Amino acid sequence: MAEHKTNHIYSVSHLTREIKTLLEDRFPFVWVTGEISNYAAPASGHSYFSLKDAGAVISCVMFKNQKRALKFSLENGLKIMGLARLTLYEPRGNYQLIFEHIAPEGAGALQKAFEQLKKKLDDEGLFDAVHKQPLPFLPQKISVITSGTGAAVRDIIHIALRRFPGCCLQIFPVSVQGDQAGNEVVYAINTVNLQKKADVIILARGGGSLEDLAAFNSEPVARAVFASRIPVITGIGHETDVTIADFVADVRAPTPSAAAELVLPEKARLVRHITDMHLSLSTAMTQKLGFFHQKVDDLHSRLKSPAQVMANFKQNLETCCFRMLHSLNRRLFHGRDKLSWISQALLGAAPGVCIQKRQVADLHKNMAFAMKSRLEGHTNQISQAAASLAALNPTSVLERGYSIARTVPDQKVILDAKTVAIQDPVEIILSKGRILTRVEKKTHGKNDI
Amino acid sequence: MTFETALKQLEAIVKEMESGDLTLEQALKKYETGIEKVRYCMQILDSTEKKITQLTRDLDGSVTEVPFDHE
Repeated sequence: MAEHKTNHIYSVSHLTREIKTLLEDRFPFVWVTGEISNYAAPASGHSYFSLKDAGAVISCVMFKNQKRALKFSLENGLKIMGLARLTLYEPRGNYQLIFEHIAPEGAGALQKAFEQLKKKLDDEGLFDAVHKQPLPFLPQKISVITSGTGAAVRDIIHIALRRFPGCCLQIFPVSVQGDQAGNEVVYAINTVNLQKKADVIILARGGGSLEDLAAFNSEPVARAVFASRIPVITGIGHETDVTIADFVADVRAPTPSAAAELVLPEKARLVRHITDMHLSLSTAMTQKLGFFHQKVDDLHSRLKSPAQVMANFKQNLETCCFRMLHSLNRRLFHGRDKLSWISQALLGAAPGVCIQKRQVADLHKNMAFAMKSRLEGHTNQISQAAASLAALNPTSVLERGYSIARTVPDQKVILDAKTVAIQDPVEIILSKGRILTRVEKKTHGKNDI
Repeated sequence: MTFETALKQLEAIVKEMESGDLTLEQALKKYETGIEKVRYCMQILDSTEKKITQLTRDLDGSVTEVPFDHE
């Protein structure tokens, strides 16, 4: 102590600069481990925090550029190990660690291995969607590969029996942590595949640290899951735990219980669904039958027998006949009516014809009458003449005793005695017969008889 | 036939039946098939083995299945 130059007086800045140089020279890069506290991340993007352990605390900063490389986020309570430069912030006079790299303490190697394996298998295509097999809709037998004693198996059995009472579970107990865990899981997956009894595998484990989950992040398990012909669903750890096995599995469930729920449908719902459909079927069928029944009835009522058809025709025919006759009659009636009306009109229009006709008729009658009276007159005359004639008939004169003397052969009636000479032959016509005689004597004058 | 296939067929049949475009013969046939599917599905639902078993490996390496006591 005595060696120090007590008479030399430093300014604050000078002293601080000296200390800074001293620190930075002495600790250019250090690996340091501790727990984060007072974490703050202002808008600048840099992170400010304190790193502490049981006995001390150091201010720390990690700049934005370095933070980009981190695969996890910094938070209070996180135990870390990192590479830092020690420096002194002059305006405040405090020293601080500027971190270049930070990894979670202890997990660094495992985390690294995890990332490496994940990248390798991803590159090989083990995570590709094309390899994912669908889970059976209703598994007949479920193989559960997990610890036989943990909470996981109890949760799975509980959920399975609740969702599907009477379901068939096959428990394949394995160690889920420790050196043998990986091998046992691989053996179990292969055995279940060989047995070919189960149609889905639940690979499950309760929550744990990254070290605890090591078996599920191992390459053999990943390859066994990938090779399984039976679909594999994983339910490993808690919601936030993701393992390599989860990436390879056909389906990843966040927890063992969730895996059981995804694997098994709810039996009650299925039964209800089927019962509903059964009912729908019957209802639809009943409606259908009712519909067709009604249709047949309807058609039946509309179906006509030939006799009925004939009867209809007959009726039609009769109706037509009637209408035809009726119309004809009406026409005739009208015709007649019209004719009579026209004749009336005609008669009315030509009175001359009528009068002349009457005159003709009268004249005709007169003529007939005149003719008749004339005929009658003449007939009378003739009768009188006939009577006269009859009276004048020579025969009747002869009958009364007179006779006619005629010359012979001249046959001239001799009215005068002078016309004959004595000895002339004379023919006398009597009432009956004739006499031929000769004139003996003659006298003249009338009174000589 | 799987339960799922049968269930899907049943759903399709119900849909068809309800659409009402079927002839009576078709409807009857569908109905019969539908009822068959209902029976088939219900049978599968009720016929699962109803047991929980545990696989154990014997000393000689063979695997045996024994009832699992989960109570």
